[in-house]
Amino acid sequence: MNLFNSLPLLILLSSLLPGLAIFLLKEESHGLRTLLNLLGAVTKLLFVAIMIWGVFHERDIEMRWALGPGLELVLQADALSVLFVTLSTILWLVTTIYAIGYLENTPHRSRFFGFFSLCVTATVGLALSGNLFTFVIFYELLTLATYPLVAHKGSPMAVRGARIYLAYTLGGGILLLIGAVWLHTIAGPIEFTQGGLLSQLPHLDPNALRWIFLLLIIGLGVKAALFPLHGWLPQAMVAPAPVSALLHAVAVVKAGAFGIVRVVYDVYGVEFSASLNLLPFLGAMAAFTIIYGSVKALSQDHLKRRLAYSTISQVSYIALGTAIVGPLATIGGVVHLVHQGVMKITLFFAAGNYAENLGVHRVSEMDGIGKRMPATTLAFSIAVLGMIGIPPVAGFISKWYLGLGALQTGDGIWVIPVLLISSLLNAAYFLPILYRAWFKRAVTAWPEEKPKTGRWEMPGALMWPPVITASLALIIGLFAAAPYSPLEWASLIAEREY
Amino acid sequence: MNNPMVWVIMLPLLASLITLAWPRRAHWIGLLFSVITLAFSMVLVYQVFNGGPQTHELGNWNAGLGIALRADALSASLLVMAMLVFTATTFYADAYFSDVNKRMRFWPLWLMLSTAINALLLSGDLFNLYVTLELLGLSAVALTALSDNRAALQASIRYLSIGLLGSLVFLAGVALIYTGYGILDLELLAQRIQAEPLAQVALTLMSAGLIIKSALFPMHFWLPAAHASAPAPVSAALSALVVKVSLYIILRLWIDVFDVVITPASALLIGILGAAAVIWGSWQALRAERLKLLAAYSTVAQLGYLFIFIPLITGLPEGQLRETAFTALVLLALTHGFAKSALFLSAGVVQHRAGHDRIADLAGTSRALPLTTFIIALSGVALIGLPPSGSFIAKWQLLAASIHSAQWWWIPVVATGSILAAAYTFRVLGHAFGPGDSAGKVLNWGREEIPALTLALFATVVLGLGSAGLWDFISNNSQFIGG
Repeated sequence: MNLFNSLPLLILLSSLLPGLAIFLLKEESHGLRTLLNLLGAVTKLLFVAIMIWGVFHERDIEMRWALGPGLELVLQADALSVLFVTLSTILWLVTTIYAIGYLENTPHRSRFFGFFSLCVTATVGLALSGNLFTFVIFYELLTLATYPLVAHKGSPMAVRGARIYLAYTLGGGILLLIGAVWLHTIAGPIEFTQGGLLSQLPHLDPNALRWIFLLLIIGLGVKAALFPLHGWLPQAMVAPAPVSALLHAVAVVKAGAFGIVRVVYDVYGVEFSASLNLLPFLGAMAAFTIIYGSVKALSQDHLKRRLAYSTISQVSYIALGTAIVGPLATIGGVVHLVHQGVMKITLFFAAGNYAENLGVHRVSEMDGIGKRMPATTLAFSIAVLGMIGIPPVAGFISKWYLGLGALQTGDGIWVIPVLLISSLLNAAYFLPILYRAWFKRAVTAWPEEKPKTGRWEMPGALMWPPVITASLALIIGLFAAAPYSPLEWASLIAEREY
Repeated sequence: MNNPMVWVIMLPLLASLITLAWPRRAHWIGLLFSVITLAFSMVLVYQVFNGGPQTHELGNWNAGLGIALRADALSASLLVMAMLVFTATTFYADAYFSDVNKRMRFWPLWLMLSTAINALLLSGDLFNLYVTLELLGLSAVALTALSDNRAALQASIRYLSIGLLGSLVFLAGVALIYTGYGILDLELLAQRIQAEPLAQVALTLMSAGLIIKSALFPMHFWLPAAHASAPAPVSAALSALVVKVSLYIILRLWIDVFDVVITPASALLIGILGAAAVIWGSWQALRAERLKLLAAYSTVAQLGYLFIFIPLITGLPEGQLRETAFTALVLLALTHGFAKSALFLSAGVVQHRAGHDRIADLAGTSRALPLTTFIIALSGVALIGLPPSGSFIAKWQLLAASIHSAQWWWIPVVATGSILAAAYTFRVLGHAFGPGDSAGKVLNWGREEIPALTLALFATVVLGLGSAGLWDFISNNSQFIGG
């Protein structure tokens, strides 16, 4: 086994081992816990960098471990998995810093960071899965690792939110499992293959394949919060802010969207899915979710709820890009995996900062908040503009390529109005927040203002993460054409899929 | 005498007698002998792995006249699981019993239970199966009665009478076989059995007795009270091992010896009972108010899955698919053994520290007993059948076998059972995560928590990631499959 083949395992271990060690730490050993967390995150980043180089130069990166006849754990790296791994590794590092600041002096930190690391381990494992069996394993592990994070506060609300989350995701997990087993029995081991595995296998019953597709998409759609399977997401926002950031941007929702991309491109093959008439179904589901989420977001006064509905809407862009045949739409969908993550995590960091520093939870309480917390609000504003799709922030790129992709295929033209309406709705629920924050006069007192310490508007561990991710959203939008940018990488993926 | 099969039976028997004579050193003797017996059971697995199924004729009397001990992959792997669970539980029990009187009564019975389990798994003929089954039942009842409260005594009296009824019905079947064929040796019987009414009636009688003893729905009614009221280490052994060895005999008879007698209808019937057990047991576990009662009902459900395998295995053509399904059955049985014993042991820790095991009042457990909560979660993962546990692989193969043999109706049963198992597991965890005042260290009660953790890790990590080894072992060394 050479270095490249052991990379996937090393990447998993770099968060698994610190996570397990953190469980055993005493509450008070703050320094050691922080050291382990950051050491793990930085080591992982290092391994990921080597992996990017390897994949770009088309090295084989793969390891296998048999679990029984026809069942193998396969961890491998291709262009798509590297994109997701890089995203989650970078955002994990930022979120860890944020969480260390956010949870200072609260109970159960060892438990929290332990599960936090397990959660990232599961996400990365899911990204590196080389076949459907391995994917299902990490998909379920992700559910298990996030449950204690959602329930972390231990309040009746938190336990209830966690229970709803679990009911949805485990139910979806079972459907995914049944679909995967069924596919396994008729087609043998389902290795993820660029261009699609099933399209190369003759003599498969198309009707069975359609049912299996339905089972898989429903199972994955629960985590990706496709309508009508999205009910858990607004409930799960009782979790602490770093967990919400993780759920919405890095791990859970993304895992579902990533799974849909995998199934369509690397299991069925996008052209084969189209020939089975499966894509209109997926496209309609995604388009409806995009509009539905935006409409629901309009009426939410609670900031985190508004953001949650916005996630439901935005993540479906990925599924929408997948449902349109053609390399440009593929680029748009896949690159949105990264763009949405970077922008949404900024929004949740900022929302967490407002709640933490001033006790502001609702949009109606945000009048004049820009003056009180300029750095956070600036970051928030950049992310908001990106979400609406205003250049040069990253979100514009995704929407541009989705639109081009829709025009490229003649019958995808219906996507254009969906994109337009959704952008208008995005503006309608986001711009009033910016107006309040920057142009309205502040009320006399904030709900629960914390005394100002130090030179910044709030502790640096909380203030810098949104600033960093907002800058990232700006940079990957501005320098979209640079080598190794997410857009270039997505083009590489599209090139290898077609 | 230099055969490990003899030693794994003789050592616990010897230990049981010594502890009777020397009660004050009983725990040392128990620990020492169970570790040595465990080592011998591993030697046996090694022999089977290298040399195929093993036979040992005691005193060199031929089968038919003398007593033959047999071990194949099925019995050897169950034996090692039983000895691992037994050894871990022995370490736990050493810390668990504080009352001197109880300790004195516990050790001889406990080691006798191990003798009975080991002897049963290695028995090569029907009469020995009967004798060991009886010995097993009696020591199990006596151990249940060790919790000297009224409920436990009532439960153990009921357990005793049900157990005796089961053995009698089983014995009637054995007698019928003896009058009809004149032999009791399993291997010889397998060659001579014919699909005739006598064999059918005999098999029905024996199976009925065993169904009572292994608590298959609707004959499960005695189990929850008995398993929930026994002391924690005893409950662990009862749920993980005692009901499972009765199931072992059913498998031996249905798939191996009497395979010509089995009709698809009878296999389907036993599968339907298993499915009913899955749903009913899980539902009752969800409604249970006490942790140990929950664990006991969950045993009813988990045994149900094992019975669902019977129509699947008999319905598949001989060959790789059938072998795969059979190995999945063994994997599920092993995983359940480890997971359930771990769950009962941690329930015992909760009961000792909190003074009760009422689920609704468990708030704060995750704070006071973090490791115990973690063990409960791990065993829950294995009971639901989530990765990385062995039961995830087993359930994957169970679903695959249902599709391969076109018996798709088991799929919703498995799905519902898993959802219900998740519901009852996370109901406990939800309460445990609730706010509480006393904060504890990660490891408080090492002598109790470490054995439980070891068992839970066997269920979730070792069997999950190492399941390929079991596949090699079973498919190469079973007398079963088509035997």
